[in-house]
Amino acid sequence: MIGVEGLSLAIHGTPILRKVSFGIAPGEILGLVGESGSGKSMTALALMGLLPPGAVPEGVAALDGENLLAATEARLCALRGNEIGMIFQEPMTALNPVRTIGDQVAETLRVHGAAGKAEARRIARETLDRVGLSKIGMDRYPHELSGGQRQRVCIAAAVALHPRLLIADEPTTALDVTTQAQILDLLKGLVAEQGMALMLITHDLAVVSGMADRVAVMRAGEVVERGETNAVLRRPSHAYTAKLIEASGHQPDRDALAERAAVLSAEAVVRTYPGARQGLTRGPEVRAVDGVSLTLHRGESLGLVGESGCGKSTLTRALLGLEPVQAGRITLNGGPVGPDMPTDRRAAIQVVFQDPFGSFNPRWRVARLVAEPFHLFGARPADWREQVAGMLEAVGLSRSDMEKFPHEFSGGQRQRIAIARALITRPDVLVLDEAVSALDVSIRAQILDLLADLQGRFGLSYLFISHDLSVVRSVTDRVMVMQAGKIVEEGETERVFTAPAHAYTRSLIAAAPRLELISA
Amino acid sequence: MRRLPLSLIVGAVLSSIFLIAAGLSLLWTPHDVTALDISARFQPPSPEYLLGTDQFGRDILSMLMVGARTSIAVALVAVAIGMALGVPLGLAAAARRGQLLDEIVGRGNDIVFAFPFLVTAILISAVFGPSATNAIIAFGIFNVPVFARVTRSAALPIWTLDYILAARTAGKGQVRISLEHILPNILNVLIVQASIQFSLGIPVEAALSFVGLGAQPPLPSWGRMLADAQTMIYTNPRLALLPGLAIVTMVLGLNLMGDGLRDVLDPRLRRLRA
Repeated sequence: MIGVEGLSLAIHGTPILRKVSFGIAPGEILGLVGESGSGKSMTALALMGLLPPGAVPEGVAALDGENLLAATEARLCALRGNEIGMIFQEPMTALNPVRTIGDQVAETLRVHGAAGKAEARRIARETLDRVGLSKIGMDRYPHELSGGQRQRVCIAAAVALHPRLLIADEPTTALDVTTQAQILDLLKGLVAEQGMALMLITHDLAVVSGMADRVAVMRAGEVVERGETNAVLRRPSHAYTAKLIEASGHQPDRDALAERAAVLSAEAVVRTYPGARQGLTRGPEVRAVDGVSLTLHRGESLGLVGESGCGKSTLTRALLGLEPVQAGRITLNGGPVGPDMPTDRRAAIQVVFQDPFGSFNPRWRVARLVAEPFHLFGARPADWREQVAGMLEAVGLSRSDMEKFPHEFSGGQRQRIAIARALITRPDVLVLDEAVSALDVSIRAQILDLLADLQGRFGLSYLFISHDLSVVRSVTDRVMVMQAGKIVEEGETERVFTAPAHAYTRSLIAAAPRLELISA
Repeated sequence: MRRLPLSLIVGAVLSSIFLIAAGLSLLWTPHDVTALDISARFQPPSPEYLLGTDQFGRDILSMLMVGARTSIAVALVAVAIGMALGVPLGLAAAARRGQLLDEIVGRGNDIVFAFPFLVTAILISAVFGPSATNAIIAFGIFNVPVFARVTRSAALPIWTLDYILAARTAGKGQVRISLEHILPNILNVLIVQASIQFSLGIPVEAALSFVGLGAQPPLPSWGRMLADAQTMIYTNPRLALLPGLAIVTMVLGLNLMGDGLRDVLDPRLRRLRA
């Protein structure tokens, strides 16, 4: 049993956590929910005694009566891995790339002196079997495994010694929906089987609703609401919880599409890559996009969903005319699209990316960043500063932001700058490549509203690429499902979601966590 | 403003002593370095000759000042040659990564690296005759692959960022992206590398002059002062000690400055220390 009472934390005098309290019983799952910067991860690190230098915790975090905050480093080393296990968001960086997975799972056992070398390997094998990796050899390296398999290895290392508390910090955020569903199932099974307490940290209310027995909602270092999951989600007592729930299922107001004129279309597009080098020759070529046809109508929002590696990004780059295609044809406003298309056609299709931090040259000011696409017109128009200011105001920023650098903005504001940059040439088509995936739910709702508003004002067509089915469902008219380079299903969004025809679509929809709210 | 690392301050002070001395020697030296005065040979330090005189009666302080100028000029021009050729090659290789040009630049680097530097310098001197200019060219050529590799490896991760893709949708070509987006973002790495190559250039010039392949008489150089003093090291150790000390102090200063610069400019190290 873990009990946290009045946990406060300050780093170099700045308060991070304020009087956080919660408890988790053996065999119970607690969902710790909140947006970025709410202090979820800091709470977990405080329990593990892994706080950054300069952090001063106060209060009590007791594991079966022992206060972890007062424990010595030596005692914490004995507890970590043994009594408390932890898994992280990014399974690639959480594993050592030069050591085999068997060694890494066995290491936990060896460090704690729980087993000799041979015994540790035997237990490691058993644990790997238990997390569903029975067909994977102990001598494999992390890069040989998929993201989901890697996360299973991390889980195996964390639970090998049967810890009493397992902390999972956004364990499925980096994974595809079908993999996410499997990992969540695995965690649930392990909790029931071993009777451990699981602290599940996530930003996704839908994940919590399907997993957690109880939930604690954090904001700005405080637990604003906690209780039994169903009760909290159905009848939130705190305004912030209610706002989070509203934002998660947010449906922006959109005008119905007016025209049926195609603005962007692709016919049987094929994009291949040369195979990997094998000595002096090359292996068979890779077909990343395999005969894809699509039509985007004026004023329409078309969704493109698929899991990582399905060819979405490759297709995007081909549609933007950045890379040549090996077969098929792409047309935009009636003209062909390709690396050497004329600049006025290139100006008609622009893009917004997922990562609000990698989207800007950190050394440029906002005015120059937003004005960059003017390069397509040769020289910047004389009134370019006026146009930039107008566009910044159109996306909800102010003209005084022009002289700032990108690091002065939050993730949501940066995404607004990215939208302003994409719209400055007045394109017809805007490609939104996971444009809201990295944002917190409340920020995401605002950006979706902004996009809906801009679509009406500028007569835009959106190609909305995402792995997040709920977002795609709420903002698109039609949707295409992509698997292994092919479009396996296409149709009206509501039809595809309510009556999916293809088995892969069905499995995607079944795997996606849903926030079921029955207002009683 | 954060506090600057101590190594940067100490290094900058040491280096600037020599830079100022070298600059001053262009306008004024205590004595004429080419004027021989056999009657005043082997003078100990005195108000007239602050660091004494050598076997020909030349003022050692004046020779050290002009020698600093020779060393700095050779190292600086060699770094400039290396950057002028290496940085564009590295940028081009990064822009065309995985293509033929990248291969050519990469293998070309390997070939230059495969030649032992001193042997090549001797070859150049043997063909074109020994001079400070040829020392500059020899070391400059060996700086090219260093900058080409550093530039390419620093530029590669930047090419994968979204703002490069955004610039491409804005219709910008590889040259323009390299100059506007890549170069400014790898400048810190290049500045640090330049300071390291510069500090390597000082002993390289001294070594070439020591074996008679660098600056030719009557132009004073630290390396040749050392070589000339070799035979008199027991009778007049001062003649060898002073230029040796100058080399050590200058290299130490430049290395400390390079270290300090890296601490300030390299974002990866900055994150590690934070």
